[in-house]
Amino acid sequence: MSIVTVQLGQCGNQIGFEVFDALFSDSHCPQGLCSKRENEAYQASCKERFFSEEENGVPIARAVLVDMEPKVINQTLSKAAHSGRWKYGQHSCFCQKQGSGNNWAYGYSVHGPRHEESIMNLIQKEVEKCDSLNGFLIIMSMAGGTGSGLGAFVTQNLQDRYSNSLKMNQIIWPYGTGEVIVQNYNSILTLSHLYRSSDALLIHENDAVHKICAKLMNIKQISFRDINQVLAHQLGSVFQPTYSGEGSFHYRRNPLGDLMENLVPHPEFKMLGVRNIPQMSENSLAYSTFTWAGLLKHLRQMLISNAKMEEGAFKDPALYTSWLEPVHAFSVWKTQRAFSKYEKSAALVSNSQFLVKPLDMIVGKAWNMFASKAYIHQYTKFGIEEEDFLDSFTLLEQVIASYCNLGF
Amino acid sequence: MTQSVVIQVGQCGNQIGCCFWDLALREHAAVNQKAIYDEAISSFFRNVDTRVVGDGGSISKGKIRSLKARAVLIDMEEGVVNEILQGPLRDVFDSKQLITDISGSGNNWAVGHKVFGSLYQEQILEKLRKSAEHCDCLQCFFVIHSMGGGTGSGLGTFLLKVLEDEFPEVYRFVTSVYPSGEDDVITSPYNSMLAMKELNEHADCVLPIDNQSLFDIISKIDLMVNSGKLGTAIKPKSLVTSSAGAFKKRQEKPFDAMNNIVANLLLNLTSSARFEGSLNMDLNEISMNLVPFPQLHYLVSSLTPLYTLADVNIPSRRLDQMFSDAFSKDHQLIQADPKHSLYLACALMVRGNVQISDLRRNIERLKPSLRFVSWNQEGWKTSLCSVPPVGHSHSLLALANNTCVKPTFIELRERFTRLYKKRAHLHHYLQIEGMEESCFTEAMSSLSALIQEYNQLDATKSMPAEDLPRLRVAV
Repeated sequence: MSIVTVQLGQCGNQIGFEVFDALFSDSHCPQGLCSKRENEAYQASCKERFFSEEENGVPIARAVLVDMEPKVINQTLSKAAHSGRWKYGQHSCFCQKQGSGNNWAYGYSVHGPRHEESIMNLIQKEVEKCDSLNGFLIIMSMAGGTGSGLGAFVTQNLQDRYSNSLKMNQIIWPYGTGEVIVQNYNSILTLSHLYRSSDALLIHENDAVHKICAKLMNIKQISFRDINQVLAHQLGSVFQPTYSGEGSFHYRRNPLGDLMENLVPHPEFKMLGVRNIPQMSENSLAYSTFTWAGLLKHLRQMLISNAKMEEGAFKDPALYTSWLEPVHAFSVWKTQRAFSKYEKSAALVSNSQFLVKPLDMIVGKAWNMFASKAYIHQYTKFGIEEEDFLDSFTLLEQVIASYCNLGF
Repeated sequence: MTQSVVIQVGQCGNQIGCCFWDLALREHAAVNQKAIYDEAISSFFRNVDTRVVGDGGSISKGKIRSLKARAVLIDMEEGVVNEILQGPLRDVFDSKQLITDISGSGNNWAVGHKVFGSLYQEQILEKLRKSAEHCDCLQCFFVIHSMGGGTGSGLGTFLLKVLEDEFPEVYRFVTSVYPSGEDDVITSPYNSMLAMKELNEHADCVLPIDNQSLFDIISKIDLMVNSGKLGTAIKPKSLVTSSAGAFKKRQEKPFDAMNNIVANLLLNLTSSARFEGSLNMDLNEISMNLVPFPQLHYLVSSLTPLYTLADVNIPSRRLDQMFSDAFSKDHQLIQADPKHSLYLACALMVRGNVQISDLRRNIERLKPSLRFVSWNQEGWKTSLCSVPPVGHSHSLLALANNTCVKPTFIELRERFTRLYKKRAHLHHYLQIEGMEESCFTEAMSSLSALIQEYNQLDATKSMPAEDLPRLRVAV
């Protein structure tokens, strides 16, 4: 089954490119460390999920690129075409001339309705290319105007038009210290709207990924490219094919559905995070060997201490809330095929309290700003009123409270 | 990609404008080696086949034939505009985009605003509409003028109301040169005060500049260049003040060098909108992030570095110095000290080989020494553009919405009051039709209200941040 990716805004498009690149590189990686037949099955599964094929054999990413100004999309398209190995569909992008100005209201209330038909048509075309549609992966940031506002609008539309398909939103949580001054407003508006229309929110925090680059990978001058590549690596390790069950050697066909089934037991709890082991610079990779016990122990440590960087103990009931049995709460997906040159690697996707603190901080800061009414005129100008803000605050306080009460 | 139109009004406005166009051409020439008319160039220039008569000459793609600036030049005396049209930039300006008169405004805001305003309103509208028609997607008008004279101040601000009515969706960014202490125009306080009211009401964003600060910056550069203190050679072309193409060097004050600084400001402001980068910032984002309340739209700017050394590999300590300098009062383009006042918001626009980690490191480093208003403790907006300015490997433009702009306004009010109390020169204004004393008193209260807003914000500086209790939900 196939996944259609929608990349929105500068962040979404820059990351989307790295994701497809990582997926492609991994599936064509010569060091698969498994049999040839295994490798071919893996490649075929990855291809079915993420790429369609053109006449001359060049794989085309199953993606729709959306941005309200042309620079980033142009760059993304040409980077993909230049790689020579895969590319984006020629007509898979939608672009306008003037951006959203970091204004959620502009992205949601102006760009959304204005370009609804065109964008949804593009998505429909991509859906028609799939033999069977698993669902949508929507890549966006929360802090800006297009990714956040238009992203929320598109997700709502997807829910209306494709109510039987699953939607996972890949959301970039901005740095705590400003990339955008109104990022907290944009974030709470995005999260509250997505909570109603998306099936799962897979969250990546810029701060966390930045730390990985600095501490684990020892990159001195960290660029957004580095950050996006780490992110893509994490996503790749989650979405690349794995066996459909214990003892099975067929690749699972419903990755999104299986993820949701395992990770989103209740609609009040939709926020997911990824941790990934190992992560190291190219140089260190050559000198490392791993044991499963060591890796999994590290991963569990990361879960408990909420560290981002860095077993059988996963079945410990103390880790889980009282209304879930460990056997329901925890599942393992495996494949013999190595991922992206790592001899052994493991990724942990969890639905836990790890995002309560960051969410609480964002809501707190947005609330303070809202109390002073700063910047509100920029939003009311385009139809987002104070009530909309209040609704968002209410919903998110509810989510925070629910997550906090999991301990009881 | 969007386009912007520059409207240069009065002597000061046109001289700065001229420097701007020269620099813009050189910047695009350096980036666009193949002379293809691309979207970056189209933001400020049209591509025209001059062999075609009339309006049909515009070309949207392909090789560059002849570049025409998206500009409207307005002056009520001919001297400056004529010089431009005879100088090296004469082909860049479309002769149909000029509005000139002979008599000048006599340093009288009322003449500029009321007399010439009504006289030239139709023509102005026509030229503006024309330039808008040539744009695919017009985003912003840049108005360049001075506050102290008659044309720039009066007619320049008259324009703002016209722009607001005619093009309500297009942003109005105004670069205003405020009079310095030793200004030689006696009536400049009146002109500035009357212009301020218009700026308060009709501008989206104002970038105040004053000559004294520019002059101080030039002196500092001269000192550094001549003292040879740093040992290594400084690339002459890399001075933020260097200008090969501007016209006529003046001897009394290094106006060309000063105008170049302002030209650089405008170029850097728009660089992230024109060129690619890993974190783009468009012009509409400037207003969105830096203007928390509609009246508080005055942004203090600073540019660093002022020059670069011959050594191209910049160690990170020098890079960090660039960030520190941006907050020092010596680098601000008006007399202001942002470090000792209150920040409402701050934008850092970086160009060149600087990455997100450099940016973050410096924000973390500088944050503790800066005071931000309680509801915007992390009020930073950042952008990274990969294309550096000509002659530099990297540069930083900092825009601050900071209460340090208050002293400029208070001083303006004091100078105005001194003159107004004695009713000196008032008759020159009152004899103009449409001018009454109420114009002056209204302008004064508008400015006082603005100063009061800044006072209220400053008062919160020393108070501990009081957080409003959060919403409580039933679980």
